[in-house]
Amino acid sequence: MGFKETGVITPRELEEKGLLPPKERLEKGPVVIIECPEEIPCNICVDACPFNAIIMDKIYEIPRVQWDKCTGCGTCVPQCPGLAIFVVDLSKPDKALLTLPYEFKPEPTKGAEVDLLDREGRVVGKGKIVNARVYDKTWAVTVEIPRDKWLEVRGIWIPRK
Amino acid sequence: MSTRDYRIYDHPIIDFRRGRKITFYFEDKVIEAYEGESILAALYAVGIRIFSWSPKLSRPRGAFCMIGKCSSCLATVDGIPNKRICIEPVREGIRVYRQKGLPETPNVKQIEELDTVEVETDLLVIGGGPAGLQAALTASKLGLNVVIVNDHYKLGGQLVKQTHRFFGARQFNGGMRGFKIAEMLEEKIRKQNNIKVYTQALAYGYFKGGIVGVAVRGPKPVNLLVKPKAIVAATGASEKGLTFENNDLPGVMGAGGAQTLMNEYGVLPGEKALIIGSGNVGLIIAYQLMQAGAKVQAIAEILPKIGGWFVHAAKIRRYGVKILTRHTITKAIGETHVEKAVLQMVDENFRPVPGTEKEFDVDLVLLSVGLTPDTRFFSQAGAVMKWIPELGGLTPIRTRYLETSVEGLYIAGDAAGIEEATTAFIEGEIAGLSAAIKLGVDKKEAYERREKLLDYLWNEYRMSPVVERSRIGKLKATVSEEEMEKIRRGL
Ligand code: SF4
Ligand code: SF4
Ligand code: FES
Repeated sequence: MGFKETGVITPRELEEKGLLPPKERLEKGPVVIIECPEEIPCNICVDACPFNAIIMDKIYEIPRVQWDKCTGCGTCVPQCPGLAIFVVDLSKPDKALLTLPYEFKPEPTKGAEVDLLDREGRVVGKGKIVNARVYDKTWAVTVEIPRDKWLEVRGIWIPRK
Repeated sequence: MSTRDYRIYDHPIIDFRRGRKITFYFEDKVIEAYEGESILAALYAVGIRIFSWSPKLSRPRGAFCMIGKCSSCLATVDGIPNKRICIEPVREGIRVYRQKGLPETPNVKQIEELDTVEVETDLLVIGGGPAGLQAALTASKLGLNVVIVNDHYKLGGQLVKQTHRFFGARQFNGGMRGFKIAEMLEEKIRKQNNIKVYTQALAYGYFKGGIVGVAVRGPKPVNLLVKPKAIVAATGASEKGLTFENNDLPGVMGAGGAQTLMNEYGVLPGEKALIIGSGNVGLIIAYQLMQAGAKVQAIAEILPKIGGWFVHAAKIRRYGVKILTRHTITKAIGETHVEKAVLQMVDENFRPVPGTEKEFDVDLVLLSVGLTPDTRFFSQAGAVMKWIPELGGLTPIRTRYLETSVEGLYIAGDAAGIEEATTAFIEGEIAGLSAAIKLGVDKKEAYERREKLLDYLWNEYRMSPVVERSRIGKLKATVSEEEMEKIRRGL
């Protein structure tokens, strides 16, 4: 079953579609991963990137990243209407940093401990928020997560009190 | 009647700006409400779920469409029966009674004679959604006088309840949240002094000589007879229903109806929901329900594949919402309101498989099984129509410049066939330009802009494989100028 049947894209499908950055690039520092595998008519990310790292010829093409141009700045993360953009940083030996979009209450705050969710919403560990910026009500939250979970965690949940 | 307040006060995207607190009477009880709410939203907020009873079997009727298109909310307001309270604003001191079946004839003494006013204008725009507003702006900027009539008391159409950022290109408002686009367009419209806006205004008929009758309700009711040189009708769409046991129980609602309650009025439609249909609307409403603090038990999809865009599906899967493909709803359970619902698997012929019943505890069943163009105005005006499944049903044929077989009557947006908001903006602009060109605006930019838009629409946007169905539909609905001439002359 593919992502159109499940609503979940597997690392293998990401790999096959060329959506994962090369290992060396990942270890160098933050870099974007765009999980937008369908030819939808949208190019907001192309305009959002200040470094012209994302390219698309026709509006419905799948966004392609020029890995060497992406600085991992995260500007594109909260601007994507599909909430499909993540930034991963594997440059530290003992942890990974993941930046993801968040649009729920309560608001994310630095230092807060959160549940880490995989692509099916299963809790797969705990993480700590190290940075949270807001763009037009969508948060770009950077969480510290276990290093081996960089390809698994795609959501966080901050329980309501 | 419960005393719980279902209003949403803490929302990640919307700051609900409520108006002044007022009171009105519902079956002689005092109800508190906020100015700007519809009567139905105000009642829903205090826990009322039944708004009328059906004429034949006295079955309770709940909210369904919330945009004045389904008639399940007919009530008597200040002695006047058959008011659709979902598009009727609350006012201080009004008296509202639910209707049990057909109402009594109104007391004629309470009804004042209405003045009839004749209005001449270059362009009449029917519908204040994305397509209509864009058409009006375009034409007014080219110097045309424009009259907009909108049946709801707010402008913006379905944009006002869209909390997500729109896809598409920045030049067609991509990247902006729907309700923000509505605010922006409304502001632009108000700035154009050659646009006159009538809200709570229903275009009820097209008459000889191209005159359109418009019933303007609200505080200053009047019967307008508009004589325009051209018309753009962007009348939108309505939600489809679905057949299953107890599908008329309060709590079974159109997904768009729930969006209206939740995002336009800030009233929680329910606490535990089941969504039927996994198109973009179904996927988006699931996400929005969670943002408002409700639980989504599952989404059922009768086809083997998710209907909407992957990114929308991924968004909700990430928070644990299941999408059950090859499943449909077969039953809602409850006395006066949905308490449970049953899903079943279907076979290749979409027939429920016995023994696969799954019961869910829910107070909300949201139907997002498609939309159908609202083309009543075009039919009555005598436009040649065509049944096009890819576009959601019956819609007028038109030229590539969006003129129908009734000369000078243009179409744009969902009425022209169900598509996306982006195409509604583009079609609105094309229709506005076409009407202006037809009325003699002879500017090179107008022609050039129209060609550019048509090129983008047909040769780029609609070439996306995910919108193939609507592209095929739109192709079927479009005829050449020559062909249209023949059709008009009855050849
Ligand atoms: S992370 Fe920054 S540099 Fe990289 S693609 Fe996004 S916006 Fe561009
Ligand atoms: S902005 Fe998001 S949804 Fe749009 S193309 Fe880029 S990644 Fe896909
Ligand atoms: S007409 Fe009021 S809910 Fe449909």
